[in-house]
Amino acid sequence: MNLMYDTALIFHRSLQRTLRNPVWIVFGMFQPLCFLLLFAPLLEKLTSNPAFGSDNSLTVFTPGLLIMIALYGTSFVGFGFIDDIRSGVIERFRVTPINRTALLLGRVLRDVFILFFQSTFLILLAWLLGLRAPLAGILLAYGLVLLVGFTMSTISYSAAMILQSEDALAPAINFFLLPLQLLAGIMLPLTLAPMWLQKVALFNPFAHAVSGSRALFQGNYADSSVVWAYGSMIFIATIVFYGASHLFKKSNE
Amino acid sequence: MSAIIETNNLRKTFSSGPTAVEAVKGIDLVVNQGEIFGFLGPNGAGKTTTMRMLTTLLRPTSGTAIIAGYDLMTQEEKVRMHIGYVSQSGGLERGASARENLELQARIFQFNKQDAQVRADELIKAFGIESFADRDVETYSGGQRRKADIACGMVHRPKLLFLDEPTVGLDPQSRIQVWEQMKKLRSQGTTIFFTTHYLDEADLLCDRVAIVDQGKIVALDTPHALKAQIGNDVIVIGMSAQDLERLMPQELFAHLSGIREIIKEKDTVRFLVNNGEELLLQILRACDKAGIVLTTVNLHRPTLDDVFLQKAGHSFKQNQGAP
Repeated sequence: MNLMYDTALIFHRSLQRTLRNPVWIVFGMFQPLCFLLLFAPLLEKLTSNPAFGSDNSLTVFTPGLLIMIALYGTSFVGFGFIDDIRSGVIERFRVTPINRTALLLGRVLRDVFILFFQSTFLILLAWLLGLRAPLAGILLAYGLVLLVGFTMSTISYSAAMILQSEDALAPAINFFLLPLQLLAGIMLPLTLAPMWLQKVALFNPFAHAVSGSRALFQGNYADSSVVWAYGSMIFIATIVFYGASHLFKKSNE
Repeated sequence: MSAIIETNNLRKTFSSGPTAVEAVKGIDLVVNQGEIFGFLGPNGAGKTTTMRMLTTLLRPTSGTAIIAGYDLMTQEEKVRMHIGYVSQSGGLERGASARENLELQARIFQFNKQDAQVRADELIKAFGIESFADRDVETYSGGQRRKADIACGMVHRPKLLFLDEPTVGLDPQSRIQVWEQMKKLRSQGTTIFFTTHYLDEADLLCDRVAIVDQGKIVALDTPHALKAQIGNDVIVIGMSAQDLERLMPQELFAHLSGIREIIKEKDTVRFLVNNGEELLLQILRACDKAGIVLTTVNLHRPTLDDVFLQKAGHSFKQNQGAP
């Protein structure tokens, strides 16, 4: 019926359920923390290479790390959803007048909301370790991070809806996630990559999101990569969400 | 009495690639306001598919239905506003309490925050679940959960409640409590449509039942009328499969009067009769004369199981797997 009202209900309830087990949010932060503390220091010697793009390794690495938690933090949300499908929760909602899209959007927004706090935590920590970036750039990069999270979370719920099995969902997500991550230049900038790899990466919207947020962290607001990043992420997020809401609206068979 | 469910030639065909499976082959039924209506049949008979169609979860392939006054095919939204549905798995969110589930359900039905709290409170009292309503649903026993499930289906005070196998997997005491609850809801004016494969339960609880087999209704009436239809008594004799093979019941028992029907099963012969006490001895004599060794003998009043056997021509229990 009412998309906004129903979305708020689902958002609120799913956030409540997540916060009851905050241990999972903490676990989710462990991997990026490791990268920040144990991997980022390796990059310091690379800053002398002009292709690296900056003399502050954290200014280059932190944006990549943010996109990484956006990818990984949201890709597996479908698991909880399968649990809800199995215990009949989704079916119960389907026999109420609740807006079908709200069932999806409320959850996706919960994931994006949590991602916002995770990102903030990482940025603050990186700042303590020596990150320097203009506030406007950081705020604009948030937009890209949240768009990536929005997209992946939507994809994860859709895959869960279609597959309805944890055993199928895990390999399906991993199959796509690893190449997408490697082709996004998260660990190291793709400017260090050979030409063919850079060409392939052009087709990966997440690669644009990474280079866009790097440019933003360096204060290059007018850089073409920023336009590319926002353009491709808005495009992909819109298409994915449109497809997913169609999937959620369709009654069974 | 006015109808609250009325279906006309409701069908569902599942097609996957070149093969099509006709799960429901034309259901016509009328459920009256205020009755408990049982929808019975073995697994795979089309019970759940039918219920899923009636509750808007599945779109019928063809046919029409009026549910709680609204057209199932064109007014799905309205139907959803006016029915309650409790699936076999219940559907309460784990990681939340029954109270929270009830409140969210009320909010979905447009209750404001305060009204939702009041309504949840009412239901918790009415269903007697005060002692555990604030605990995580995950910690409930089967019976506790079932009560909370049904409470959740009643949040918006629907006139019509659908229950899918409401007592499956419950201990005997919880089963009885669910029955009591269903009767209580009926006494308050709620119509209940439920599926079950426990025929004894249907017999005890239902005002009327429909027996489905292979996607079709094979019998529909009050339990009493259905049982009366097949005779006053049922005699079942058991024997070895070899004996049964060479036995021609029609000839062997042709001289006896009062037998309405003889049904041959795997290792039993079932007689639907008018005068059980009288016939029992005569049947035993006839068997003795033919040199048949009987392994069991049983005389009982007709049950819905006998009705099903007579209507569908095969045993209800055989299709169930382990009970």
